[in-house]
Amino acid sequence: MHGFANPARFLRIARWLTPLCLAVGLVLTAAALTYGLFFAPADRLMGDTVRILFIHVPSAWLGMAGWTTIAGASLVELVWRHPLAGIAARAAAAPGAVFTALCLATGSIWGRPTWGTWWVWDGRLTSMLVLLFLYFGYIALADATRGEGGSSGRVAAIFGIVGAVNVPIINRSVVWWNSLHQPPSITMGQSAIDPAFLWPLLIATFGFTLIFAGVILARMRAILADIQAEARLRRKAMAQG
Amino acid sequence: MRETLDQWAFVWAAYAIGIVGTLAMVAWAWWSMRRAEARREKSRER
Repeated sequence: MHGFANPARFLRIARWLTPLCLAVGLVLTAAALTYGLFFAPADRLMGDTVRILFIHVPSAWLGMAGWTTIAGASLVELVWRHPLAGIAARAAAAPGAVFTALCLATGSIWGRPTWGTWWVWDGRLTSMLVLLFLYFGYIALADATRGEGGSSGRVAAIFGIVGAVNVPIINRSVVWWNSLHQPPSITMGQSAIDPAFLWPLLIATFGFTLIFAGVILARMRAILADIQAEARLRRKAMAQG
Repeated sequence: MRETLDQWAFVWAAYAIGIVGTLAMVAWAWWSMRRAEARREKSRER
């Protein structure tokens, strides 16, 4: 892993990996969503609204995966001081926030015909909303305390690690508290979902995950390019002045 | 009186928000990367 912490080596790999992740991710996601919208059967209880599953579940997974990425990268930044780890943490924040917002919006739309309400202040929905606010806080903090070399800075890294306490709370909220939200349908090695929904859901989740990875790589490349341009202009200004 | 809702209106709304949101994020990430890399190349020439 240490080998990939070299920015030049990272850029060599990211140059072909970014468009590949985005292209394959978009194709897989488009295929899974087309199936979900036009070919998946209606559910016995939820009717046609079950089709929202193919957008809502991947968004929820990536909202949590985004913060897990921030926490993991922040830990690596603090412990091993990898130059790219802080940049990876910063790069994961915006796509993580977007998917969390999509999860909340699609969940609310799904809730109205299924539960009869757009919103309830139960454990799952509230902890997911807290995650969105944590993302906003992290983005503001990482921007305000940006360290030398474009990393997120120590304060933001600590915030990223501490904020990770919310991820298992989101995951277990439907088990710990009474909730309108259904309990987990997919657990380690087991699934309560019919194969007609399960396989397209797994393909949609994989496709969205590739898009998420491609966006993180693109953000990392943008942050690195900004750092290199700034450093070059600063060197030239110093040489002239 | 029981309220009857058109389920497909909710399905279309969720898909529209999901697809537009995802595509907007991909476009923003891609173009901001291209802009930043062009700025870096420009700083090399100056």
